[in-house]
Amino acid sequence: MNLTTTLPGLSLKNPVMPASGCFGFGKEYSQFYDLSDLGAIIVKAATGQARYGNPTPRVAETTSGMLNAIGLQNPGVDAIIKEELPFLRSYDTPVIANVAGSTVEEYVQVTKALNHSQDIAAIELNISCPNVKEGGVQFGTDPELAKEVTYQVKQASNYPVYVKLSPNVSNIVTMAKAVTDAGADGLSMINTLTGMQINLKQRKPIIANKTGGLSGPAIKPIAIRMVYEVRQALDIPIIGMGGIITAEDALEFLLAGANAVAVGTANFQNPLACPEIIQELPRVLEQYGFQSVEEAIGKGHVNG
Amino acid sequence: MITKQLIEIKSHLRIAEDTFEVVLQSTLARELKPGQFVHVALKNHMLRRPVSVANVDAEAETFTIVFKIFGEGTKSLSRYQAGDHLDVILPCGSYYPVEELELDHALIVGGGIGVPPLYYLAKSLKEKGVKVTTVLGFQSKAHVFYEEKFQLLGDTYIATNDGTYGKKGFVTDIISELSPTIDYYFSCGPTPMLQAVTNQLAEQKGYISLEERMGCGVGTCYACVVPLKEDPTQSKKICKDGPVFYANEVILT
Repeated sequence: MNLTTTLPGLSLKNPVMPASGCFGFGKEYSQFYDLSDLGAIIVKAATGQARYGNPTPRVAETTSGMLNAIGLQNPGVDAIIKEELPFLRSYDTPVIANVAGSTVEEYVQVTKALNHSQDIAAIELNISCPNVKEGGVQFGTDPELAKEVTYQVKQASNYPVYVKLSPNVSNIVTMAKAVTDAGADGLSMINTLTGMQINLKQRKPIIANKTGGLSGPAIKPIAIRMVYEVRQALDIPIIGMGGIITAEDALEFLLAGANAVAVGTANFQNPLACPEIIQELPRVLEQYGFQSVEEAIGKGHVNG
Repeated sequence: MITKQLIEIKSHLRIAEDTFEVVLQSTLARELKPGQFVHVALKNHMLRRPVSVANVDAEAETFTIVFKIFGEGTKSLSRYQAGDHLDVILPCGSYYPVEELELDHALIVGGGIGVPPLYYLAKSLKEKGVKVTTVLGFQSKAHVFYEEKFQLLGDTYIATNDGTYGKKGFVTDIISELSPTIDYYFSCGPTPMLQAVTNQLAEQKGYISLEERMGCGVGTCYACVVPLKEDPTQSKKICKDGPVFYANEVILT
C-alpha cells in the first residue's frame, strides 16, 4: 500500500503527523516509539520571546474532548532553534515549526529566526490560538488581518508556509481564500473551538483562563465539514485535523479533501496514537477500496 | 523507561469513605519509586488520570494505588473490579530521593488523598533504617485509612477536621505539639495544607509532592506547570519535573 503524500516542501512517507501543542518537541514521545515512523512532526508554537502562559488549571475534560488554555508557553524561538529542534535531527521525518505572535512584527521576527534553522521543512502560521489576549485568534478571525500577516510571513520565510485556520468564524472559506490570496502554500485546519466548562460545586469555570480551546472527537464533524467546504472552493494543499483517534478518522479527512492529517488530543489518551493509526491505515484504505493515500484524497465529494 | 502497559487488577477494595485501594499486576512494579505516579486511561474518558503509587511488592510484581472519588474519572475508576484490565502509563514523574538522602529521623505529613504516596515512602525510609514519625490529617473518622499500616513503621498521629477521630484540627496543630527534631520532612496533601506545613517547617529541609489537572502526563502539553520561587517567570512541569519538589522550590497557589 502506498501511503506517500506530497505537499509543498513535504514529501511524506505517510500522511500522519502529531499536531502542534500536543507533542512538545518530540522528546517525551520518543520514549514510546521511533519518531521516524511519523509522516512529519509539527512542534509546539514558538513566539519571539519566552512566554509563561496562563495560570492553572489549564485543562479540563469534556464529553468526547477536552478544553485547554495553555497560553502558548514556550521558551522563545531562539531557545527552540538552539535547544529543542536539534534533537529531531536524528529522526528521518520532516519537522514543521509553528509560528505564533502578538503582532505582525513578532510573527515576522519568529519566521526570520527560523530561516536560520536547518532542522525544519516548513512553518505552520498559528493565527488561531484562542487562549492568548493579544494576537492569535484575532488574526485568525478577521480576513484582512489574516491576509496581512500571511503576506508578511510569506515574504519573510524561506520555507513553505501553512496557515492554521481557526474554526471560530462564520465562514471558513472566506478565511481560506484570504490567506490563499496572500500566498499561503497550504492550510492547516482546524485549530480548537472556544469553549467553557463550569464546575458546579465551585460555581466557576474550571479553566483559570475561563475559556479554553475545545479539541478531541467532539469537534471532528466540524473539522470534516470545514475541510470539505474549503476543498470544494479552493485548490490548496490541506493538513486536516480535529479529533482524529483512528485510521478511519484519518481516512474521513482524506475523503473530505485533506492531503495529510494531524493527530492532537489522541496523543494524550494514547501516546502510541500516531504509530497505531499509521499501522492501521493500509488495512483501512484497502477495506474501503483504495490502493493508496493519494487516491483517497477528496473522494468524499459528491458531484466531483 | 516510561511505558504503556495493559495490566490486570488483582484486587479492588473500598477502604474508607469514597476511598479505594487497587492492587495491580505489572512487570514494571519494581521500577516504581516512592512519590511517582501512574497515568491511568479510563473507558469513555478523553484524558488519563494521574494516581500516585501507595505501595510496591517487588517480589509479587504488584503495586498499589489508593484514590478518592472526586469527579467522573475517579468515579469510573471506583467501578472497576478484580480481573479487569487497566491501560496504564508508568512510571511517571520524579520521586523522593530516599537512596540519596542521609537522615536519621523523617517526619511524614499527609492530608487526605495526599496520604497514599507517603506510605510507600515511609516504608522505604524504614527499610533504610530511618526513624519515621507520621502525622496524618483527614476530614473525619470515616475518611481515615492506613493508620495501622503507618503505626507499624513508627509513631503515628491523626487529626480530623471535625474531631470525630484523633485530634480535632489540622496536622500543623499536632506538629506544633510534637515539635520533633527531624532531619527531613516529606509532605503531600491539599495545597492549603502544604502551604501551612511548608511555612511551619520553613527552617527544616523537606520535600513536597503536588497534584494538578494533567493533560499528557509525560511532559509535552504544559498543562500542569508550577512557578518557581527563585524566578516566577519560570516554571516546572508537575508531571515530569515533579510531582516531588524541594519544599522551597515552587510557589504553591
